[in-house]
Amino acid sequence: MKEELFVSGRNIPNIDPYLHIWHWQIPIYLFLGGLAAGILFLAAVYTILGKDKEMQATVKWAPFIVPFALIIGLFMLFLDLKHKLYFWQLYTTIRLESPMGWGAWVLMIMTPISIVWSASYVREVFPNWDWKFKFLYTFEAWVIKNRWFIAWPMAIYAVILGIYTGILLSAFNARPLWNTTILGPLFLVSGMSTGAACIILMSKNHEERRLIGRLDLLFISVELFFIVHMIMGFLAGSQVQIDAANLFLGGQFTVPFFVFVILLGLIFPAVLETLELIGFKVPIVIPAILVLLGGLIFRFIMVEAGQITRYLY
Amino acid sequence: MRYAMAIDTKKCVGCSDCVVACQTENNVPIGFCRDWVTETVDGTYPNVSIELRTERCNHCDNSPCVRCCPTGASHFEDGGIVMVTHHKCIGCGACIQSCPYEARYSHPDGYVDKCTFCIHRVRKGENPACVSVCPTSCMYFGDLDDPNSEIVNVLKNRKFKALAPEAGTKPNIFYLT
Ligand code: SF4
Ligand code: SF4
Repeated sequence: MKEELFVSGRNIPNIDPYLHIWHWQIPIYLFLGGLAAGILFLAAVYTILGKDKEMQATVKWAPFIVPFALIIGLFMLFLDLKHKLYFWQLYTTIRLESPMGWGAWVLMIMTPISIVWSASYVREVFPNWDWKFKFLYTFEAWVIKNRWFIAWPMAIYAVILGIYTGILLSAFNARPLWNTTILGPLFLVSGMSTGAACIILMSKNHEERRLIGRLDLLFISVELFFIVHMIMGFLAGSQVQIDAANLFLGGQFTVPFFVFVILLGLIFPAVLETLELIGFKVPIVIPAILVLLGGLIFRFIMVEAGQITRYLY
Repeated sequence: MRYAMAIDTKKCVGCSDCVVACQTENNVPIGFCRDWVTETVDGTYPNVSIELRTERCNHCDNSPCVRCCPTGASHFEDGGIVMVTHHKCIGCGACIQSCPYEARYSHPDGYVDKCTFCIHRVRKGENPACVSVCPTSCMYFGDLDDPNSEIVNVLKNRKFKALAPEAGTKPNIFYLT
């Protein structure tokens, strides 16, 4: 039996709660980043495929959410900072080694792209919209003509953004629950899935909903596979990683993880979407909302649980 | 120059003088600390052993806290001392997450703070405050590159360990066992 006691210092009440340094802002930041990545990726892909007429919600409606999501996301990041007045230094330094650093840059690049993308559709949505200045009309015409070319970098950046939301956590070797490379792809597909759910909620076209619903089913399956893969990887790892996995396999996060993320957030919506596909009448908003909530809770759980895993010595 | 510390777990009595000395020397706000003492009990009665250790930032060679800092506030000073430039730190907390030793904390003023090896004293040729007050003289501070230093000597002649070497950070605090 080994027992560790802190004689002094760590029983000072201000330190240990302070080490739990990331609160609700970071999971929301990660969720919004993933959501934005999912929507923009699908918008870009269907534009590249030349399906923008059939997939109105995907390329036109849903991307309107993205600038707001990204700006709120950046604001969440800002709220999380403890030395807020110095925030600007995030953008006077480029440090590729620091995921926090390059992620903030990716968001900074993604936000204007998404604004330009949505702006080019504004006059289709609000026909009376007036751009006031002539150069804005010229710019708009240029963007509309070159949408296909803009879609390519947008798709690539969306994937980087989606993966980043996972890498921000997985880069921390000191938190065994996060320190797995699968977290990047896992958060990416989870982001895609929430993006698809958002499109389903906004779409009025039955065909589009079916198509995106089918894609969502694929994302959910891949996500489940990655989660199993992640837990297997932990169980085959060192003691600290086994302990991390045990938080979900009998430990304090078991119930929220299996009930809210796996069952209600993934399996149940997948079943509903399958039923809808084979012809049953299922109100498609239900699986879509469940996927969104599941994605959000998943990030809360990962951020919370990760912070209590640590090296033992 | 490579500054390091060796701490004799056989001599430490867990008096916490080092903790108080550090708080006084570095004006650590009340309720916080940059070093602390742990007691590890191993075994079951009557075969128990106990180890007392004073812990602090390990000033790692391969320090994840420097790597993950988005602004370069966390950086290396001469001799490998890991420092935080307060006016560059945005308080993002990445370095706190990255440290396997939980050596950093968020200062109430917003920036992140931690042990500095008392760099202001070391530059004057003095020992860090904790080392200089230890009543049992259980701590040795010095330069690993200097073959005649006390710390090199003590590491040559004693068995020692580092904490969680598997975290891969190459810590520079050694515990004599
Ligand atoms: S002990 Fe922690 S804070 Fe100190 S250098 Fe190592 S990783 Fe950084
Ligand atoms: S909290 Fe400060 S020192 Fe730590 S990583 Fe962020 S900016 Fe760097």
